[in-house]
Amino acid sequence: MQDQLIPDATLVSSYIKGQESALETLIVRHKQKVYSFIYSKVYDKDVAEDIFQDTFIKVINTLKRGAYNEEGKFLPWVMRISHNLVIDYFRKNNRMPKFDNAGEFSIFSVLSDTSLNAEKSIIKEQVESDVRRLVEELPDDQKEVLLMRIYKDMSFKEISDKTGVSINTALGRMRYALINLRKIIEKHNIVLTN
Amino acid sequence: MAKLYSEQKSLNEMQPQEETVKFLLNYSKALSVINYKKMKFEALLN
Repeated sequence: MQDQLIPDATLVSSYIKGQESALETLIVRHKQKVYSFIYSKVYDKDVAEDIFQDTFIKVINTLKRGAYNEEGKFLPWVMRISHNLVIDYFRKNNRMPKFDNAGEFSIFSVLSDTSLNAEKSIIKEQVESDVRRLVEELPDDQKEVLLMRIYKDMSFKEISDKTGVSINTALGRMRYALINLRKIIEKHNIVLTN
Repeated sequence: MAKLYSEQKSLNEMQPQEETVKFLLNYSKALSVINYKKMKFEALLN
């Protein structure tokens, strides 16, 4: 109660003379007003806390250096310092805008993770093993051409050289291999999509 | 009108954290300004 009776000006001059407790009284007396003012501008608790701290650091520095000369107008002076710091904060933020990803455009629509998730990679493995089993069912000559073409990425010219058949025969075997695979897939209703 | 059930603190109830105030008081105690001729030196003694 007694703290309320002492005017700000008296507390300020006591503090300048070295009475540290006077500062505590001043801060406790005005912290709510100053903090609320800052928060009402920045709407962020952490930022408000930082600006509040910076405000009083400036106040302390100025008072300790003996550069304070606004007698009896302590609170308006503190408010003006905090106001200036709020402006500095917004200036700095405008120069370096933060990307909050709150707008219509989402950065994640451009930057996507192309690797498959766990479910899709399991499905992919299953599909691949199913296809391998189906290929195993093909007659040997068709299977040979298909493996060379699809898995070894050889041209039909290379396949014909390696197997000793004509290119047309290799093409025909490839065609029958695909037809037969489709037949087996349709017959057993196998789903091979991811 | 939808009713807001979340507690909203009024702006007047907002206060800085206790730690911030403590920090400021400690900062003030640690800071000493040394006057030398026309120059002022700030020293933070912790």
